Amino acid sequence: MQPILQAIDVRKAYANHVALDGVSLDIPEQSIFGLLGPNGAGKTSLIRIITQITGADSGEIRFRGQRLNPSHIAQIGYLPEERGLYKKMKVGEQLLYLAQLRGLSRADASARIKSWLERFDVKAWADKYVEDLSKGMQQKVQFIATVLHEPSLIILDEPFSGFDPINANLIKDEILELRKKGATIIFSTHRMESVEEMCDNIALINRSRKVLDGPVSQIKETFKTQTYEVEGKGHLLVVHPDFEVLEHHDRENGYFYDRIRLHAGATPNDLLRFLIGQVEVHAFREQIPSINEIFIRRVRETMPESLVEEEAEARR
Amino acid sequence: MDKIWLIIQREYLTRVRKKSFIVMTLLTPLLMAGLVVGPVLLAKTGSKQRIVEIVDAGNLFGGVVPTSEKIDYQFVGTDVAAAKASFRKSKHTALLIIPPGFRLDQPGDVQLVSRENADLETTRRVKNAVDNQIEASRLRQSGIDRTTLDKAKSDLDLSSIKLDEAGGEQASNSGVTTGVAFGLAMLIYFFIFLYGVQIMRGVMEEKSNRIVEVIISSVKPFQLMMGKVLGIAAVGLTQLMLWILLSWGATTAVAAVTGAPGMAEQRMEQVTASSARTPEEAAKEKAKMSQAMEGGVLKAMGNLNLPLILGSFLFYFLGGYLLYGALFGAVGSAVDGETDSQQFMMPITIPLIATIIVAQSVIIRDPNGSVATWMSMIPLTSPIAMMMRIPFGGVPGWQLGLSMLLLVGGFLATIWIASRIYRVGILMHGKKVTYGELSKWFFYKA
Repeated sequence: MQPILQAIDVRKAYANHVALDGVSLDIPEQSIFGLLGPNGAGKTSLIRIITQITGADSGEIRFRGQRLNPSHIAQIGYLPEERGLYKKMKVGEQLLYLAQLRGLSRADASARIKSWLERFDVKAWADKYVEDLSKGMQQKVQFIATVLHEPSLIILDEPFSGFDPINANLIKDEILELRKKGATIIFSTHRMESVEEMCDNIALINRSRKVLDGPVSQIKETFKTQTYEVEGKGHLLVVHPDFEVLEHHDRENGYFYDRIRLHAGATPNDLLRFLIGQVEVHAFREQIPSINEIFIRRVRETMPESLVEEEAEARR
Repeated sequence: MDKIWLIIQREYLTRVRKKSFIVMTLLTPLLMAGLVVGPVLLAKTGSKQRIVEIVDAGNLFGGVVPTSEKIDYQFVGTDVAAAKASFRKSKHTALLIIPPGFRLDQPGDVQLVSRENADLETTRRVKNAVDNQIEASRLRQSGIDRTTLDKAKSDLDLSSIKLDEAGGEQASNSGVTTGVAFGLAMLIYFFIFLYGVQIMRGVMEEKSNRIVEVIISSVKPFQLMMGKVLGIAAVGLTQLMLWILLSWGATTAVAAVTGAPGMAEQRMEQVTASSARTPEEAAKEKAKMSQAMEGGVLKAMGNLNLPLILGSFLFYFLGGYLLYGALFGAVGSAVDGETDSQQFMMPITIPLIATIIVAQSVIIRDPNGSVATWMSMIPLTSPIAMMMRIPFGGVPGWQLGLSMLLLVGGFLATIWIASRIYRVGILMHGKKVTYGELSKWFFYKA
């Protein structure tokens, strides 16, 4: 299937630094796409190009195969990281205004505002001034404003910041619901657990380049290190050319916990057989790297040598 | 385009519905009415009869009581000490002392005694009375009759006639023209300031609220800026219209209720009373003034090229506002807070203030001189400078046309520069902005 959004060799430079350097991405239709990267990596620049706030210096963005142009604005919803509302405007009027700017008719907008406010159980807010709402309430209003015009591509930059766990969950459910209804969500965040939980695909951007992308499950597969966690009882002594103990902990009553890596050619069953000969095995599982670990690893790896040295220097 | 319209609507409606707008719009006309009607009412109620005692020890008046509208004079003998003692006990306003050795050729040592400091009005009137008396006595000494002197006096009424190009003649009145010119120029000046600052505040609000990023992902920054500038212009025009209507209404209403009849007449009386010395003279002046009012001022007003003046006023009013509005918008986008805005306000406010100062001192005296001509060409100064010139007439058609063309061009150039700064500025946070930085923004690619 054709991706909903394609970035092809996008480059963007500011006066004294390059924000994006030849970034290409494919974002599949009806998926949740995690856009990851440390602060200052170029995520916001990429998002601002997709939302047509700025343009790329070279390269191209395609929306469903078409070169991105102002007619696509109505199909894109955007919740920026730095977000706010007009304080001296009523919630209802504000939503109406923002929806109309996105190309919705007045009548349609009114009907949808009503149903969204009902959905979030906040019908009474429509006539309240934004400045009288709590921060969490304002965040909800901003979320409604983002999705009110039923965009097919929704870009959420750190959507959970500022939400309490209950409301964060509510928003999470809404995001999953939107995908079910056919929307694609680009999701920029630092919260790795939500990436793991929700994203189908991710791309990692570091120092203005894409350093990793693909389906989450596939990435995890690639980043597996053939490491297994073993828990059991007995005295474990590993002297074997195929296995390497990375970590060993003795626990009370003769229990232990080990992390063991297989060398090339060895299978988990070999290790298991070896273990059974020595100790009582209670648990045996493959250690799958979390996105967080992959993130940190890749960021470190793609750091230029000089910076690695600098960091080492600083630690000393 | 319909998105700009949405923005204009929002800017307009949120401002017009604000309490501060409603209060300002309603209170200002009342204040204006108060300013117009107040002094007249005060003058009316405050004009009680004053009594001034005269000790004519030097025999200046020769027993003839001076006549006056507002003051009753009473002779109280020639004993200065006794008069002072009795004055202290009386409730009279003042005591005029003509000393025993008073000489007509060397008048001096005349005193006006009062309990508190004598008010200006009384002092002036008494001084006039004494001066008149001295003059009359001197004339009599020299054997000149008052009527002879009056006949000899020349009082030319120089009527200024403007010769227009078609060879026709028109009565002109430089006072009226100056008033019209200056009033309109000031109106433009205030309007640019009041509402220009509102544009700046609005931009700063959007920036610090962080709503701007959502908006400009829907519309172009230029549309947002223009929508704001136009929306606020509509607010300003609404307020101006309401002020004019309400001021007129309030003044009429207040005048009707308090029954202050013929305010113009009252005003005139105040003016003439201060310049004329004798009641007869005052009456003459008054007659002349009202004649001038009916004939001169109204005729002069009628002879001003009103369609040209009003038409060009509207043009320069809007043109000036739009040009400066764009600049104010750019400043708002560049700064993070009110305090930072000061340094960038300077280069905007200086041409405005300089024009108003030059307008008062130079242009008004020589409306078609080279300073006036140049200032009415430069777009930053032309809205005010040209408005000062037009009512005087004599602005060649090509100059007016060129000035308007330049203003349109200047507006397009400023809005282009401003929008380039604006689109970068609104997304910049927490950065101390310098002029160097601003010029860098200007050259950023979109």
